[in-house]
Amino acid sequence: MSATSQDNVIKLADLVGRPAAKPEPFVLSDAEKHEIEHELTHFPDGRAASIEALKIVQKHRGWVPDGALEPIARMIGIGAAELEGVATFYSLIYRQPVGRHVIKVCDSITCFLVGYDEIKATLERTLGIGYGQTTADGRFTLLPICCIGACDKGPALMIDDDLHTDLTPQNVVGLLEAYP
Amino acid sequence: MATIHVDGKQYEVNGAENLLEACLNLGLDIPYFCWHPALGSVGACRQCAVKAFRDENDKQGRIVMSCMTPASNGTFISIDDEEAKQFREAIVEFLMTNHPHDCPVCEEGGHCHLQDMTVMTGHHSRSYRFDKRTHLNQDLGPFIGHEMNRCISCYRCVRYYKDYAGGTDLGVYGAAANVYFGRPEDGTLESEFSGNLTEVCPTGVFTDKTHSERYNRKWDMQYAPSICESCAVGCNLSPGERYGEIRRVENRYHGELNGYFLCDRGRFGYGYTNRKDRPRQPLVAGEVVTRETAIAAATAALKGKKVLGIGSPRASLEANYALRGLVGAEAFHDGHALGDAALVQLALAIVRDGPVRASTISEIEGADAVLVLGEDPTATAPRFALAIRQAARGKGKALAAEKKLAEWQTIALADLLQRDSYPVFIASVDTTRLDDIARATHRAAPEDLARLGYAIAHAIDASAPAVSGLDAATAELAQTIATALASAKRPLVVSGTGAGSPAVLQAAANVAWALKAKNDATGLALSLPEANSFGTALLGGASLEAALTQIESGAVDTLVVLENDLYRRAPQARVEAALARLKHLIVIDHQATPTAARAQVVLPAATVFEGDGTLVNYEGRAQRFFQVFDPTYYDNKIGLTESWRWLADLEARSAWKILDDVTAACAQALPALAGIVAAAPGAAFRIDGLKVAREPHRYSGRTAMRANQSVHEPRQPQDPDTALSFSMEGYNGTGSLDRPPELTPYAWSPGWNSPSAWNKFQQEIGGSLRGGDPGKQLFAAGAGKPYFGEVPAAFAPRGDAYRVLALHLHFGGDELSSRAEPIVKRASPAFVAISRADAVKSGVNGHATLAIDGAQLRLPTYISDTLPAGTIGLPAGFAGVPFFVHGALATVSGG
Repeated sequence: MSATSQDNVIKLADLVGRPAAKPEPFVLSDAEKHEIEHELTHFPDGRAASIEALKIVQKHRGWVPDGALEPIARMIGIGAAELEGVATFYSLIYRQPVGRHVIKVCDSITCFLVGYDEIKATLERTLGIGYGQTTADGRFTLLPICCIGACDKGPALMIDDDLHTDLTPQNVVGLLEAYP
Repeated sequence: MATIHVDGKQYEVNGAENLLEACLNLGLDIPYFCWHPALGSVGACRQCAVKAFRDENDKQGRIVMSCMTPASNGTFISIDDEEAKQFREAIVEFLMTNHPHDCPVCEEGGHCHLQDMTVMTGHHSRSYRFDKRTHLNQDLGPFIGHEMNRCISCYRCVRYYKDYAGGTDLGVYGAAANVYFGRPEDGTLESEFSGNLTEVCPTGVFTDKTHSERYNRKWDMQYAPSICESCAVGCNLSPGERYGEIRRVENRYHGELNGYFLCDRGRFGYGYTNRKDRPRQPLVAGEVVTRETAIAAATAALKGKKVLGIGSPRASLEANYALRGLVGAEAFHDGHALGDAALVQLALAIVRDGPVRASTISEIEGADAVLVLGEDPTATAPRFALAIRQAARGKGKALAAEKKLAEWQTIALADLLQRDSYPVFIASVDTTRLDDIARATHRAAPEDLARLGYAIAHAIDASAPAVSGLDAATAELAQTIATALASAKRPLVVSGTGAGSPAVLQAAANVAWALKAKNDATGLALSLPEANSFGTALLGGASLEAALTQIESGAVDTLVVLENDLYRRAPQARVEAALARLKHLIVIDHQATPTAARAQVVLPAATVFEGDGTLVNYEGRAQRFFQVFDPTYYDNKIGLTESWRWLADLEARSAWKILDDVTAACAQALPALAGIVAAAPGAAFRIDGLKVAREPHRYSGRTAMRANQSVHEPRQPQDPDTALSFSMEGYNGTGSLDRPPELTPYAWSPGWNSPSAWNKFQQEIGGSLRGGDPGKQLFAAGAGKPYFGEVPAAFAPRGDAYRVLALHLHFGGDELSSRAEPIVKRASPAFVAISRADAVKSGVNGHATLAIDGAQLRLPTYISDTLPAGTIGLPAGFAGVPFFVHGALATVSGG
């Protein structure tokens, strides 16, 4: 056995429990705070504004960073754990950065029956990414979505807020050009 | 009442329960996960499926979840139905698809509810052959280990931690098959009741980290029925020992006190008994000597000398009584700190002689309006605090009753309740850990808290003394609280000795008594300084002040100190001066305290885990704790015994052979303590001729345990003092109707290895234990008492002399638990709290220098926005904080 330097041995202890670098303290912008405060006035219990508050931050930043949870939760009057429960329950609240455009491919039963898998394969091949990933240029993120209510026009997908129906492997590639 | 039919047999049930509860009550086993007696039903896990039939002619039936189905009259169900059995097995198989096969290395193994339920359903081979989902784990602090891969998503942890215990830092994240239970980020769980997660979790996600380092299977430990010494509530414990160390403390169910839950100080504070620096052999002049030499030296110091004895509120009644016997009733002194003895006597007079008896923990949970006066119960009587949270939430049950909903419909109750609750009012010197559920809080110096209390009592009953000169805001608050309490069905007053003020106790008593005149269901709960405060108070020694005065006069030759550290009871300078006047100091203790360091003779005592004895809790309930193990079995050089044995030997008292002799002598000598004999069965008790086994019948390795010392296996230790054996031989079943609830060392019943086994010991699920809940109430119903009438003057700041207020913290203030390593890690460093205005005035910034009772110290400051002006707060009992008397004054300067 060759002489292995002690430094080359990876210990389990090195992989777990390593203290994370201390992140910069997160500050909500005035616009975000103002909008959340406005939202809170709509409900007797601030907890009801949880989703809207997360959506406000996502609107401004594209996603909801870890550091945002504590200040948002404080405004609402709940714990960060409870807010994180809401944030992670809903798949359209992004807890990781996403691309400039998010493609949401319907994988529900009707689309599944009329060619969803070919649409998915085409997108994956064209973009070079799979579900949950973002293209290297930061342009597209690819996600599955459950039924978007276009069962009569499947296969269907959404790019950002736009619905696209009656897709074929041929026409789906062209769609992407409208989203620079 | 309702009649239900299960598998063709007819049973009578109470009709208010769900089917799962009803069947468990009947002794019929149905497997379950998400249901818990204290947490109710959510129907999440689908494990408790049974077949329900329309009537006796229906042969088809349908699958229902027994925890979500009422056990109403005329219900026909089948547990043994083949389809229901297959369904239940399929559910376990489904849960198991993501559960790792790591039982051999999992710390839950052997007391795992998931293991038990898997065996119960008959699932034994898997067909799933794909990858399992995996998670990263979190560091949750010094108490709790986290292993998320084992999670079966029953939601018990968050339902306990968030909904039941009011914690905010444990949540559930994700959805569907990807669900994670943990904190938002790594870090210590903030709740003082986090340890219950280890028992609430039906599998090994949350385990006891303090046990992890010295791990044993449940079946390989020796147990005894024990009582927690970390406060005066007297929670019942089941400590486990192996190789001469206490290795884990689990909850021992008590229907009226701790129920299913303990606080973290009680559960994780046992390490003081394992400390290496404990005196384990007798010392004379610092040298290890034989038992005989030590007794000879002590006897010489006692004979013909003027002797005083100082007892201890953390020692058993038997130990204190034996000291009283040795030195004589006149020379026996109460071991409470200066000022505390009078407070405890006052609390005793209120609870024993007043018209309102002390409420049990389960009665606190049932209150519908609560006033907390002068206490932070999370620190001084933690189990009160958890119970007050249930009282506040209890409004959900009332709302459910209005809507004709069953109490066990937990989700529906929470939806009805939203953020509503029964009112809890907290008046204290500074913020408390219950403020999050308070309808209103009030911060003031103890005198002003008492004045508020007096004003509330007067507002409820005009014949109670009035308070003059109250400011308008306080008067209005008093009226608000009085109205809420007076209109409640089961009002409760919580107070205690924590504020160090007799006036606070008197005011609390007035409120309770004023309510009692209108409402018989009024409750009162007073927290006390230590585990056996009432026990020592009932023995009736003179105070420590009297002892110190006598010693200071030079009239005392020899002082015998029992399980007590005088440096925690009086200012250091005074203790030093007093001890210097003695000719002889004899200390009997199990800890290496500064007092023991000054003694000529140190006699090593047993801790609560190494001996037997009786404690009297805040209700006046006498409870017996039993020896868990015999330390001399592992090391015959160890010379420690129970304190009462040392004292009996010093007196050459041959009549006291076993504990029962001392208990009986104490009961006979003091009529107030006559009931203590009945606190638990004596040494002669047997079940079918058997002692009760301390060890599970699967206990392994006994013959090899001492093989490193000698290959000859010694005889098992004998226990003359109790009806328990140091062996797996003896009774350990649940079937005998003769089994007394006081003699249950650990929870086990065939097929039930986890804490869920308690359901086999209960009269009804979540209710009293069979044979009644342990302990003997010593107080008869009290009579009416006249109101206390000494309304104190309002607190007035005194310029540069700050009033020192005791701040109580859950971790770090209690003497014994703060000698345990994990508690030290959890405790904050010592500090001084000062109001913002006073900090500016005195130039305090970051650190402050204090002069108090002749001592000087420098501490980091904590700027409080709530502490009353003219006061400073010091964490009571903390390392680095000297003893100070109630009402002490201090000067404060910056730097």
